[in-house]
Order: sequence, then structure tokens, then C-alpha cells
Amino acid sequence: MSIDMAQFHQVFFEESFEGLDAMESGLLNLDLGDVNVEDINTIFRAAHSIKGGSGTFGFTAVSDFTHVMETLLDEMRDGRRKITQPAVDVLLGSVDCLRDMLQSIQNGSEVDQSDVAEHKLALDNELNNAVPSSPTGRHAPEASAPKSAAVLPAEEAEQIAGWVIAFSPHLHLLKTGNEPVRMFRELAALGQLTTTVDLQGVPDLDDLDPEECHLSWKLRVLGDIPEAEIDEIFDWVEDDCDLAKQPIYKTSTSSAQTQVSADIAIKPVTNIVPREISSEFASTSESESNAPERKSGKKEEVKAAPKGSSSIRVDTSKIDTLINMVGELVITQSMLSLLGEHFELNKLDQLKNGLSQLERHTRELQESVMNIRMLPISFVFSRFPRLAHDISSKLGKKIELKLVGEHTEVDKTVVELLSDPLVHLVRNSLDHGIEMPNVRLAAGKPETGTVTLEAYHRGGNIVIEVTDDGKGLDKDKLRAKAIEKGLIDPEAILSDKQTYELIFMPGFSTAEKLTDISGRGVGMDVVRRNIQALGGNIEILSELGKGSTISIHLPLTLAILDGQSIAVGDETYILPLGSIIESLHVKEDRLNRVAGKGETFLLRGQYLPIIRMHQIFNVPTAKTTKLTEGLIVVVEGQGLRCGLFVDDLLGQQQVVIKSLEANYRRIEGVSGATILGDGSVALILDIPGLVRLANQ
Amino acid sequence: MTADLESNQHVEQFLTFELEGEAYGIEILKVQEIRGWEPIRKIPNTPDFVKGALNLRGSIVPIVDLRERFQMQKVEYTPVTVVIVMSVNTASGTSVMGIVADAVSDVLDIKLSDIKEAPNLGSRINTQYMRGMFVGKKNMVMLLDVDKLLNPEEFVDIAGLAAIAEGK
Repeated sequence: MSIDMAQFHQVFFEESFEGLDAMESGLLNLDLGDVNVEDINTIFRAAHSIKGGSGTFGFTAVSDFTHVMETLLDEMRDGRRKITQPAVDVLLGSVDCLRDMLQSIQNGSEVDQSDVAEHKLALDNELNNAVPSSPTGRHAPEASAPKSAAVLPAEEAEQIAGWVIAFSPHLHLLKTGNEPVRMFRELAALGQLTTTVDLQGVPDLDDLDPEECHLSWKLRVLGDIPEAEIDEIFDWVEDDCDLAKQPIYKTSTSSAQTQVSADIAIKPVTNIVPREISSEFASTSESESNAPERKSGKKEEVKAAPKGSSSIRVDTSKIDTLINMVGELVITQSMLSLLGEHFELNKLDQLKNGLSQLERHTRELQESVMNIRMLPISFVFSRFPRLAHDISSKLGKKIELKLVGEHTEVDKTVVELLSDPLVHLVRNSLDHGIEMPNVRLAAGKPETGTVTLEAYHRGGNIVIEVTDDGKGLDKDKLRAKAIEKGLIDPEAILSDKQTYELIFMPGFSTAEKLTDISGRGVGMDVVRRNIQALGGNIEILSELGKGSTISIHLPLTLAILDGQSIAVGDETYILPLGSIIESLHVKEDRLNRVAGKGETFLLRGQYLPIIRMHQIFNVPTAKTTKLTEGLIVVVEGQGLRCGLFVDDLLGQQQVVIKSLEANYRRIEGVSGATILGDGSVALILDIPGLVRLANQ
Repeated sequence: MTADLESNQHVEQFLTFELEGEAYGIEILKVQEIRGWEPIRKIPNTPDFVKGALNLRGSIVPIVDLRERFQMQKVEYTPVTVVIVMSVNTASGTSVMGIVADAVSDVLDIKLSDIKEAPNLGSRINTQYMRGMFVGKKNMVMLLDVDKLLNPEEFVDIAGLAAIAEGK
């Protein structure tokens, strides 16, 4: 069975993560003063499906955990519990914990048991410290039983001699296809089973509906049986019966135990929740430390999910468009082949028409295929309300986060690689940008700071802006800091733009003290590197006291690149257009040969190293080896500037990036390959790689 | 026992081709297509026997010259020179690669039991790339283990070894 189930694991994980996201955003959107029942319902439904799914796949730890959350949410939903900020925070923490658990299971790594136990305890405390605001009805039996960690101290668990189970199926149990006798048989397999049937509920023969189950049982099964095994047997009927179980201990000395049994004994059987054994609240501190042991026993059931290939969910309408397009293409194709069979010269016009139609369809098809890879940027943006919520409560700031243009679509790869840099930027704005409420009031600004995340298309680019109305960047402070750290010369004259760029230097941080949120001075450096790796660039605009805007410009897709083809002998290479600064013929008197360090040339007061393409790529057919006869292309990549010595520039064109690694391996200095108009292959150059190669 | 017998009786098809007049064979299931030689793009800083990359309907396929790989004499490519495109299992999955051979000859059905262990042929052809030998009616066919022969990681190693040797 495990093999059959494994193929659905990936889907389960994807759905669960989506569910968690839904829960998170639902929780964040809760207006504590005026709660919309539908909001709570949404959160509850998400939790419920995760519980159901994890139960089905045997991830007991997850379903147990979700169950506690669900109970809390259920009480909120029924209006029996007030929704408080602490409760919401606990739930948010649990969402995180659940996500960690699912990720661990997905990767096949260890679940952090102490973390789980901690969150479970927090949930239980939340459940226990509230008084239900209305009497509980029979339809919601879970709510009335006070919850606790439900963890028995390990030494007691070991002494379990058996279980007493009160099993009262609801009338419709048999209709759901469950058969009590089968479950009893399984129980009997675990240990010695004694059953007592309660016939009280059975009506007179005349009133009896043979499809209903009027019996209830008291089962006594002896043996050292883990609770999980019992749970497993009743897993499918959990919602269709009232179930209570109570362990039988070998010795009965501990006061906690007697309280446990006493607690159960006074409760009507119907009110006790499956799986949960009520115990005194006092025992929870003890149970916390024991939780890992208990859980580790269950661990074996949790099977490592195979690392699934990445997948995307595509809007059905996109697929429909694609199918339409293919249909059109087929029609055009059959028209053309018909034309070809009986071709006469007077049909030339028809042929031309057909061909142009074919061209149009092909192009449209290409566009819609590309479109499939596009995801709305909300995939990245959606995590920020949570971040803002956490950080603002941690720092005591009042912050409003605005998201604009979440539906802007970007290539999937870009979306994935964009999220880390954006987190850095937003964190910076929240932490350094927005001031404390009193400072803001003193500066005549509204108490609540605003951080805006905006995405929009411009030309072939997508622009993402992070704007805050905080204190802005202090140019003088930046400059002083840079001089202090020895990053710039004290005499250096910097433009505003250059000054702001300083914050992208490695090791630069203006925060007076480090916080665990940001300020270590590694962030911005990494941000810029990541953005550049995506083929984009990043800019800062800032006004002291009014706030700053950081904008990221990215190509829409990583699959297509604006390229400049260059010739070196018989070879054609492609340079990313964005990396080229200028190209020039160099005069003899500008050249400088540094002994042992290669050649440099003087460009507006700056010496730039020359990389001879024919040399590092070993092209014997190069037209010239004299620097003055060829062309120098000044390029920049990752802050490195150099001149590439090539034969000639050929032309600009958009190229589709193909992987060289897919069938071969990585070549230093080459980032990929493409196919030119004539069908031949051309290699795309990677500037930092070329520099490394030249330095070897 | 029976399983052994069965597997020995099992027949596999091999595509044979010529290099310097000798016959070599590769599993036909690995072969994707056979095409004529056409000029290809050189890949810089790779061993000489990697002639370059070819555009095969949109994917970039590296081409290895087997003569050079086996340190045989280089020859001019002629109209009968062929490129055999194969899918190769590598550590990271499957890659598509091509080999240049003098000519394609035949497809042979070979019983696995008829495959003899490769004799030591000296240093020129490393037997680790051989799957075995098959003695046919007309000639002897050397059966190659394509996965080992066309492992991109090994190309690096060979180049690296050469560099070390030069360094000494």
C-alpha cells in the first residue's frame, strides 16, 4: 500500500502547503473586533483538510497536531470562544510549526520534536485557559473536553496493561461502509479482547431499521499496546461514533493516574474526544519533556516522501488557449498540405497566405507556451503580510503593508529566486526604514508607517518596488560610515546615486546595533548579487525624512535574452546586451602591458584589464591578434569591468537560452548556448566566468 | 539457474560501425538517430575529442570523435562520416550525445552468452570502456559501454590528468 500512497504524497504536500498559506493569510486578515464567521470557516477548512490528508497518509504526528488546532478553531467558529490576539499568535506559531513538520517529512528528515511539543503545549494552554461561553451541545463533543498535552509520562506509558474502550457508533455507521466486527477482529489481534454489548439503545422490532446501528460496546483489550495502534483501528470511524478509551495500568500508584481515570469516569462517555486522554493540567509540564520520547516511537510510521520534481499549477484558461492554438495550427497544416498536393502556380497567393498564417500561429503558440510558466507575483508577495505582522509586533512599530499589482505575472524561475532578496529588502524597510511611533509623531508623520510593495510591467521588464515612508537614507551618515570602514577614499566625490549604492557594498551596515532582524551588513550585498544573477538590476531613491524606494528591474523571463553576437575567427559568441557598456577601437598609446599581469588599457582615467577571447577560448582562426586591429568590448559583470578583445561585432538579437549542462557539463566562461537563425549553435558568454578564466 | 540461462539466451541488438577498419558495436536501444556529419560549434576549453556542440532540434548536443577518443589517427570528415546520436545515462540523469564514426555498418542480433570478455588490448583502447567482444562470422566486434565512454565527468578527469602530467 505504501507504494500506492507514495505517488500521492507530492500532491498532499502541495495542497497542505497551500492550505497553510490560506490559514496564515486568513489569520492575519482577522479583524479582532469584528470577526467574520466565513474567515474562521476558511481557516478551519484548511486545517481540517490537512488533518484528513495527513491521517490518510499515516502522518500521525501532523494529524494529531492539527487536531488540537482544529479544536481551538472549532470553538472560535461556534462563537464559544473569543478570538484574542494571543490566540491568533499561538495559531500562527502553530502554522509555522506545522509547515516545518511537513517539510521535514517531505525531505525525509527528522521532525523537531521539541518544537512540536512546545507549540502543542501553547495550543493546549490556550484551549484550557478559556471558559466556553455557552453550554456545549452534543453535536460538538470535542469542545467540551478540556485539552491538555495528552501525553502520558513515559514510565507510565510503559506500564500500560491494556485499554478499556467505550465505542458507541452513531446510527449511520453501517451506511458509511464500516463494520464493527472487522474492527473488533483487528483489536483481538492486538491482545486479549473482551467485549460487552450494550443493548439498551435497540428499539422494538417494529421500529427497527436494519441499516442502523443501535448497539454500543465496551471493549477491553489486554496487552502492552501503543495508543497509536488503537487509534489506527478507529481512524475511519472517528467522526461517526463516540469513542473513549482509557488505559489500564499494571500498578496504580501515581496520583496523576488516578486523577486521569477519575476525570474520565465522571464524564459521560459521549463527551470524551477520540485520541485525547484528559489529564490534570498540572501534569503538562512533565509531559512536555516526555513528548519527544513518545513521538519518536511514532516516527517510524512517517515515511520519507521521495523528493518530487517541481511542478506548477496552471490556470485552466491558459491550457484552453493552448489547445485552441494547437487546433488552429492543425487546420493551417492540413490546408497547406492540401494545397501542396495539387499545387498550381495560380495558387501562389493562397500558399503565401497559408504560410503567414502558419507563422502567426507558431508565434502565438510560442507565446502561450511561455505564458504557462508565468506565475503571479503574489506567490512571493503573500508571505510579506506575515513578516510585517511579526516584525512590527516584535519591534513595537505600527506598520501597514500595502501590496499593489500582485497579479503581475513573472516567470516561475524568477519568482522562486526573487523571494529571498525581497525578504531582505522588506525586512530592511520594516526594521531600518520605518521609525518608532513616537519618533514618527514627533516628525509630524502619521503614527502608522506604510510599506508598499508594488509590481508592474514596463517594456520587457518587470519592476518591483519596495517603498517606505520612513526616515530615508542619510547621505552624510552613509558617507561617514563608508570612510570609517575604509570602503571609499575620504576625498572621493560621490553622486547621490553612488552614495546610495554604498549600502550594497559587502560589510556595510548603518544600524547602530545589530538586531536579529537585520543589520549585519550582509543582506544588501547578497540582494544585489542575487538580482544581478537573474539578469536584473537594483536602484535606490531616497529622501531624508521622507522615505526610500528600492526598485528592482528584472527580465520577464530567464529563457530569452537580449544578446549581442560577436565574432572571434570562425566562432560566434553571444554577449548579454545588458552587460556591454561600450565597444571601441583602442590606440597603441592607450595600451599598457603590465609585466606578469597581462594587458590593460586606459579608458577615461581608469585602467581596465584586457581579456583576449581568442586566447582564453583557443580560437586559432582569429582574424587578428593585434589589439589595435580588433575591437575591445567593455563589459561589466558582478561589479567587475574589463575589455574583451574580439574580431568584430555582428548584430543584436533576442536569443533563447539553452542549457549546455543538460547534455554536457559546465564550461567556465560560458553560461549557456543558443541557436542562431541559421540553425547553428552559439555559446553565451558569462562575464565573471571569463574574468576568472583569464586570471588563472 | 534458470534465470541465468534465460538471461544468457537473451538476444540484444547492437549497431555496428567502423573506426579505422575495425568494427565496434553499441546497444541499439541507446541510439536515437544517425545523421551525416555537418560543421558544428566548437566548445572552448574541452578535450580535443569533444568536437563541439550540435543543434539537434533545439537541444544542444555535444559530439565526441571516437577516433580521437581512442587516440587513433585523425582523418578528414567525408560524406560517409556519420554522427550517431545516443542517449547516455550519467550520474545526473540521461544526456544526449553524439559520436563521430567512419561509417555505420550493420545491426547484429547477439546472444548475451556469446559476448566474450574483452582481452587486454594495451593502452590504446582502455578495456574499461568495453562491454565485451563478439566474434562474428566475418569479423570481430568490440562492444562498447556507452555510459562509461561518454561520461562528461570523465572528460574533465582526462583533461585534468593531462594538465597534471604537463605540470610535472
